[in-house]
Amino acid sequence: MADARASPALRGGAWFGAALVAPAAILLLLLLAYPLGLGVWLGFQDAKIGAPGQFIGMENYQYLADDPVFRLTTVNTILYTIVTVLLKLFLGLGLALVLNRSFAGVRFFRSVLLLPYVVPTVLSAFAWWWIFDPQFSFISWTLVRLGLLDHNIDFLGDSWLARGSLMIANIWRGTPFFTIGYLAGLQSIPSDVYEAAQIDGARAFRIFREITWPLLTPLTVILTTFSAIFTFTDFQLVWTITRGGPANATHLFVTLAYQRAIVGGAMGEGAAIAGVTLPALAILAFAALRAIRERA
Amino acid sequence: MTLRRSFLKWSLGAAAFAASRSVAQGTAAKYTPMFPVEKDAQLRLLRWSGFIKADEEAWNANTKKFQEATGTQVNIEYITWEDVRPKAAMAANLGTGPDLVMGWYDDPHIYPQRLVDVSDVAEDLGKSLGWYDVARAYGYSKQLKHWIAVPIGGAVQALNYRISWVKEAGFEKFPDKIEGLLKLARGLKEKNHPMGFALGHAVGDGNAWAHWWLWAHGGKAVEADDKTISINKQETWTALENARELYAQMAPGVASWLDPNNNRAFLAGEVSITNNGISIYAAAKKDFPQIAQDMDHANFPVGPVGKPTELAVFSQAFIFKYSRFPNAAKEYLRFMLSPEQAGPWVEAMNGYITPALSKYRNLEVWTKDPKATPFRDGIARMLPNSYAGSPGQHAAAALADFVVLDMFADATVNGLTAKDAAKRAEGRLRRIYRG
Repeated sequence: MADARASPALRGGAWFGAALVAPAAILLLLLLAYPLGLGVWLGFQDAKIGAPGQFIGMENYQYLADDPVFRLTTVNTILYTIVTVLLKLFLGLGLALVLNRSFAGVRFFRSVLLLPYVVPTVLSAFAWWWIFDPQFSFISWTLVRLGLLDHNIDFLGDSWLARGSLMIANIWRGTPFFTIGYLAGLQSIPSDVYEAAQIDGARAFRIFREITWPLLTPLTVILTTFSAIFTFTDFQLVWTITRGGPANATHLFVTLAYQRAIVGGAMGEGAAIAGVTLPALAILAFAALRAIRERA
Repeated sequence: MTLRRSFLKWSLGAAAFAASRSVAQGTAAKYTPMFPVEKDAQLRLLRWSGFIKADEEAWNANTKKFQEATGTQVNIEYITWEDVRPKAAMAANLGTGPDLVMGWYDDPHIYPQRLVDVSDVAEDLGKSLGWYDVARAYGYSKQLKHWIAVPIGGAVQALNYRISWVKEAGFEKFPDKIEGLLKLARGLKEKNHPMGFALGHAVGDGNAWAHWWLWAHGGKAVEADDKTISINKQETWTALENARELYAQMAPGVASWLDPNNNRAFLAGEVSITNNGISIYAAAKKDFPQIAQDMDHANFPVGPVGKPTELAVFSQAFIFKYSRFPNAAKEYLRFMLSPEQAGPWVEAMNGYITPALSKYRNLEVWTKDPKATPFRDGIARMLPNSYAGSPGQHAAAALADFVVLDMFADATVNGLTAKDAAKRAEGRLRRIYRG
């Protein structure tokens, strides 16, 4: 009762706070939570584009479990995410270590490095499409001209080569994300730590292993998690370069969901494919948030 | 000037039947509408952006004439052709959006109940100008027993070939049977001039040749009842075996081809034959005159079924029931497809779109350059993508999911046996056609 008597100002404060948060909360609910919830709900329906659906329980998911294209897509997505994120991490870290040193032109190289990240993805996808073109690839052209090959490489026509080609394009585009992140991390490590290690006679590799890497670990978790989320939901590169072909060899969850739901009109099935990504994305998002909290 | 001359020639040719109609020749002021156009009507049209600039220019000019003749304001939104379907479906779902849409393939059959009955316009146009069979299949709803869309036409495809190389392979005339085409393919490969058909997810080109090949052998995805899946049968297996033989003669790289790849490969002299609309020829005339001179077009050869079985991307226009101006919308379609407007429009497009009305086969565009003639005839030789079923959601999903095209890729690129590839396609079709 004492609390109740003393609470008008507090209650007023709470209402005031809620009122301030309300616009952002409403916006999030309308633009994020509602579509997400609707998407999940659609995954349990047989909805078609232009027509409401009936609730069919887990039927979409049961079908997908037996669908060879979906199973292949699952393998593709996991492989695509793991391989590209790992390679982006190593390349990004390596580049950051190089660019953290001072040498002539370092500012120029730091700026150039950002280009793949700055160029709109669709444009870079078109560029890669030409690079991997079965008839006009400059890579094939060069190798044939040098006499190292007697025919063009079928980059996008062979299942494994197509997967590898898309991974290369993704790595090219995503490496700067790691480099810039690591560069910021490296510059935040106090120089006296390095100086003390050098005085103690530690060599470069040991300094990296004992000082740099442990101090960068929280940042690595954040960068890796965010990169995994972006890669897991990659659409533009695949859709522009292969549209999921040849014979569905390069479909990722998002491209298959788009093909079936938006182009093909099978909204329920497409939503179910998108729904499959939610648990993985939720885990990744949770890991990212936790890493950010710990770092803070 | 060419456009104007063509228009005048057409007008003379069409005078006989036009005189008997209420549509006035010449000035828009004399135009007598067939429908009581709503006062101060305002229409929103959603349509695909033109394959060439002249398409939109001629369409806009005709629209302006309609506005002057009827006082109806028409706002046109041009978007990429592949984006029309989701946008139109959204409008159908929400009950708000454009009054009328120029869509593709099965679009109107996905939400037929939401569309205005356009039987009066369709029958009026059909009576005087004559619909092709495929136009009826796409415009008429068997379910509702009336016309739900006014067919516009198809981006007809033909086989583009290099005249000298075909002769070099021992063929004076382009084969009109699939058997001959296979023989030609072997001959061309021997001469190091392989042909190429897209086996990647090429929406237009890949689907066109794969369906033609399947149907030409008597194969089909579904029976006329739209329920019985009939892909996993002898006819399909034969089609796949023969496709394997054809694939062995193709240029390397076709497995990943999307729609633009074959244009580039043909113009670079990398392939001797490919399937395409008239765009390769148009580009050749502009930038590669020697290739333009040495190339020609042929309709797709006939297979064991003994009749043409072609597929083209087909467009038709439909009006939503929520439109406040259905009469103005119907009048607009009637006006735009009447000879005075459609003639110059089709002429301006230089063969990119073949009208669904057979009278327009008399337009000069199809004969002034004989190399364009196969594109005129392709529309009479085509089947709807839903064959042997009816257009609708199921057929739309099967096409969008590349079921037939992927089956061919499985049997050729992926090396599956014909039966395994057909079985895989059957599984997907059963899912799509369920319920």
